[in-house]
Amino acid sequence: MKAFRTHRGRVAPLDRINVDTDQIIPKQFLKRVERTGFGQFLFYDWRFAADGKKKDSGFVLDEPRYEGAGVLIAGKNFGCGSSREHAVWALADFGFRAVISSSFADIFANNSAKNGFLAVRLSESEVAELMRRAHEVNDYQVTVDLEQCEVRDDQGFRAKFSIDEFVRHCLLNGLDDIGLTLQHEVEIAAYEELHPAPATL
Amino acid sequence: MPAKRTLFEKIWDAHLVAQPSGRSPIIYIDLHLVHEVTSPQAFDGLRVAGRKVRQPSRTVATVDHNIPTEPRGTPITDLIAAKQIAALQANCKEFGVRLFDMDSPEQGIVHVIGPELGLTRPGMTIVCGDSHTSTHGAFGALAFGIGTSEVEHVLATQCLAQQTPKTMKIDVRGRLGEGVTAKDLALGIIGQIGTDGATGHVIEYAGDAVRGLSMEGRMTLCNMSIEAGARAGMVAPDEKTFAYVKGKRFAPRDGEWGMAVEYWRGLPTDEGARFDKVVEMDAAQLCPFVTWGTNPGMVAPVTGRVPEPGSLRESDQRATELALQYMGLEPGKRIEEIGVDRVFIGSCTNSRIEDLRAAAQVAKGYHVSATVRAMVVPGSQAIKRAAELEGLHRIFLDAGFEWRESGCSMCLGMNPDILQPGERCASTSNRNFEGRQGRGGRTHLVSPMMAAAAAIAGHFTDIRDWKFR
Ligand code: SF4
Repeated sequence: MKAFRTHRGRVAPLDRINVDTDQIIPKQFLKRVERTGFGQFLFYDWRFAADGKKKDSGFVLDEPRYEGAGVLIAGKNFGCGSSREHAVWALADFGFRAVISSSFADIFANNSAKNGFLAVRLSESEVAELMRRAHEVNDYQVTVDLEQCEVRDDQGFRAKFSIDEFVRHCLLNGLDDIGLTLQHEVEIAAYEELHPAPATL
Repeated sequence: MPAKRTLFEKIWDAHLVAQPSGRSPIIYIDLHLVHEVTSPQAFDGLRVAGRKVRQPSRTVATVDHNIPTEPRGTPITDLIAAKQIAALQANCKEFGVRLFDMDSPEQGIVHVIGPELGLTRPGMTIVCGDSHTSTHGAFGALAFGIGTSEVEHVLATQCLAQQTPKTMKIDVRGRLGEGVTAKDLALGIIGQIGTDGATGHVIEYAGDAVRGLSMEGRMTLCNMSIEAGARAGMVAPDEKTFAYVKGKRFAPRDGEWGMAVEYWRGLPTDEGARFDKVVEMDAAQLCPFVTWGTNPGMVAPVTGRVPEPGSLRESDQRATELALQYMGLEPGKRIEEIGVDRVFIGSCTNSRIEDLRAAAQVAKGYHVSATVRAMVVPGSQAIKRAAELEGLHRIFLDAGFEWRESGCSMCLGMNPDILQPGERCASTSNRNFEGRQGRGGRTHLVSPMMAAAAAIAGHFTDIRDWKFR
């Protein structure tokens, strides 16, 4: 897995709550058998008309001022709904390294951690403040710092976030967690010895 | 005296493999269900790392998400879908995983066939690369959805490193009224606690109203747990649970059965055990519900109205406005005045035999409205056969419903069953997200009876006033 230590990048504001994974990557793109190439389909139905042309309505990610953004900021309960990891793959493939919200759905948060992609939880007022700055300041950038567990900008914004210590450790070091679990081979084998798979299965 | 524990804690403790310091606990997974959409990249990962499936005998696969529901044998015209199905077939073969394939008499939606085959049993840990894995919690199992990386993790290690979730008890007193189903209970709960009301928690549903539900009803209820953000939902096993499991194809037999039941009887939450959160509800307050918006928490009684955004909390106003815009609804409109173009009876929420019976009872002697296209998609081949044996398919066909092959179908519209832009659908599925059933499609979630009634009336109607024929 790609390690995440610190990322400085442009911020794109997505001012919606309950953004579900069906919106992040619609089902018609889940048929691919690869992990790559999903970025072009990110928020597809919001960005593209039915005939595949970009909508004129100007979805935030298509505004020139947010081009190349590396940090997404969104309303609460981001990533709810379907377990599709394709949602994280699409965000990462599009160029995002982190998303900031006041809350995340559990499976989305788990999936993020497995892909070197950071889901940062800040308070609702901090999210609102970042949202405001991203709207008002041109080329607004923040630094998402996993070593210090903090988000900061050049205009004096500074907010601490908390994250599970183990998840942080894996992200900082880019650890493959299958490998980590397999370090417990002895315990797994002992468990299986006591709980053999039922013959009927 | 030993500490008092909840159902969840008993299962969790029994599956702890290791608790490395400073890391998430590692738990053992008894059953891993696999389907075509979230698994190809996981199998690829195994190949790249030169790993095997650790316990093929604890791994079971089926195809459900993108298969057509036309008569079996019809070639799959969607080539990318066909490729994904072929990938699962090849992966199962290569890694020695049992697959209930398209032409198998056991094929069905993964969360329908697990219980049906007796693979799902009390006290188990069950995962699947699908958020509605929570369904299996109806049996007093700990069952939750995972992403593809975790699918790979379980394939390789039969374990998962998981942070310990919090516990939440939803206690529903009283009895559900006539015409009020498990689906309405689920929608009522989500409407009350919100789509993130249970984030980070495993819900245990308790109380007389929950005990009174059939196994099918409990599955419907647990299925929707994820729509409240929950990690899992569960119901303590009881005599109903044991009666359902007994005799199923993979259920324990003979002497093993007695031992299993004895163990299962010890699983229910100890009197006085503590939950991190408790929610109390009164079943008598519930009624048939219809969602009006773009998430399952946007719900109103069938006798109610579409809300006025101005009357809501500020934080909900914008989301409501966006939802109403998408749904093409005016604030204040009576729910019963909302007309439908399509009706979908199916999905892992409501496609079991009891759901089909309930819908057929409503449809009997009536005909689908001339302006509505309605389809019934049984959850599995076994349900389809059982329904046909009872003659339910006749009732549906005579009433003008389509009777199709089993699969996820229009629950997510990965196969050709989709809504056209602007079409409005009464659906027994679990998600009314934008575009879920087809781009621009407008989904209203309801119970099977309410869906059948809407198909006939052409608009939503209170099932409690229905004249059964
Ligand atoms: S029926 Fe719908 S919710 Fe259930 S597994 Fe299939 S797609 Fe998912």
